[in-house]
Amino acid sequence: MPKIKLGAKSPRIDMTPMVDLFTLLLTFFILTATFRPQESAPVDTPFSVSEKPMMDANVMTVLIAKDNRVFFNVDNGPDTILKFRPKILAEMGKRYNIEFTEDELRLFEKTGTAVGVPIQDMKKYLASKDSDEKIALEKGVPIDSTDNQLALWILFARQINPAADAMIKGDADVEFPVVREVLDILQDKNVNRFNLITNLRSAEVTEEQIAE
Amino acid sequence: MADVQVQEQSKGGKKKPKKGDARVDMTPMVDLMSLLITFFMLTAAFSKPKVMEIILPEKIKKNEKVEPPKIADSRTLNIILGPEDKVYWYPGKADPEVTVLQETDFSATGIRQVLLDRNRALFRKIDQFEKDVIAGKINIKQDSMRSAISQLKKDDDTGPIVLIKAYKTAKYKNFVDIMDEMSIVGIARYIFTDIDWIEEKLVVDAINRAAATPSGSAQ
Repeated sequence: MPKIKLGAKSPRIDMTPMVDLFTLLLTFFILTATFRPQESAPVDTPFSVSEKPMMDANVMTVLIAKDNRVFFNVDNGPDTILKFRPKILAEMGKRYNIEFTEDELRLFEKTGTAVGVPIQDMKKYLASKDSDEKIALEKGVPIDSTDNQLALWILFARQINPAADAMIKGDADVEFPVVREVLDILQDKNVNRFNLITNLRSAEVTEEQIAE
Repeated sequence: MADVQVQEQSKGGKKKPKKGDARVDMTPMVDLMSLLITFFMLTAAFSKPKVMEIILPEKIKKNEKVEPPKIADSRTLNIILGPEDKVYWYPGKADPEVTVLQETDFSATGIRQVLLDRNRALFRKIDQFEKDVIAGKINIKQDSMRSAISQLKKDDDTGPIVLIKAYKTAKYKNFVDIMDEMSIVGIARYIFTDIDWIEEKLVVDAINRAAATPSGSAQ
């Protein structure tokens, strides 16, 4: 029997179509990826069975960190042209007799991070380049009744963007009275519908449990 | 890197480019790309958090006079979120002399069983309805399914009316958990209210009791 001779061919595979496909996929995922700004304080959200995804725009978020600091965040609205963030900051400044410059307003618009500084320190916070210095300034938005800045932030956010939905992103281990206080402040501003930001988990009711 | 072979030949006047393989080795590029794709795909899929919607009743203004709604004591179930992930509950109205708080937890056989025992009729109805929809016995759209379920809840008059309260050392997690239980068990009527002094005292009593008998609380 004659042996079958294998030709000495190079075992290269033409990878061009694969590369083409990969490039397409990569472009797609890069373009659809939304980059969220870094959160000022780490918040471990609790788990729930709710499957409703979070909205992309028209949200104002109250963050409650583990050490009971309260942060407030609001987005620019469904269209970047609306520029809600600088408008809200300007209103806030007007109330406290702080004049924010164009540059400061623009910087506030661009950085989507949550507000965690008292409004009096806002200028210093926006001017600072050093991240350690910024973290040191973040003492949380004051929520006590003598200087309730959170209530004002919520008020102006709702005046400027009436469609904004209230979100609460609390750490799982925050003690409840702090959350209750935040809920009270929101309710004082006639916000009665909240969305609690949670992680998904599943839960089932077994047959034996239903049986009597 | 890329093995494009370009060889300069400088002998003689004629320049003859050698017939070389002009292929580029694409393996590293493909490696990198698949890594990046994996990264972007995973972040795109997992980055979206979920939200749980809750609606609280409007606050009663100080100068407003509103009659508190009357609810039957026989149907009320009070749940108090306690410290260390404990849940206390008692039926009916709090009486400092008679009421003893029952202690349970957030496990599947804990507070869920308590709620399920009282809400069995409605839970069965909703469960049967959902099964019928899946089996195709009832032809209904996704949006009208939700309203049909809320109609079932509205018509229900046997399930409990749950009053949820939080003791001062309860965690935010507990609040989310109990709201979760409400939706798992399909409780039609539940409300979050402030804890009153009788209940606070009952919780303190229950904690003291558990501390006094450490062997009993281990069960």
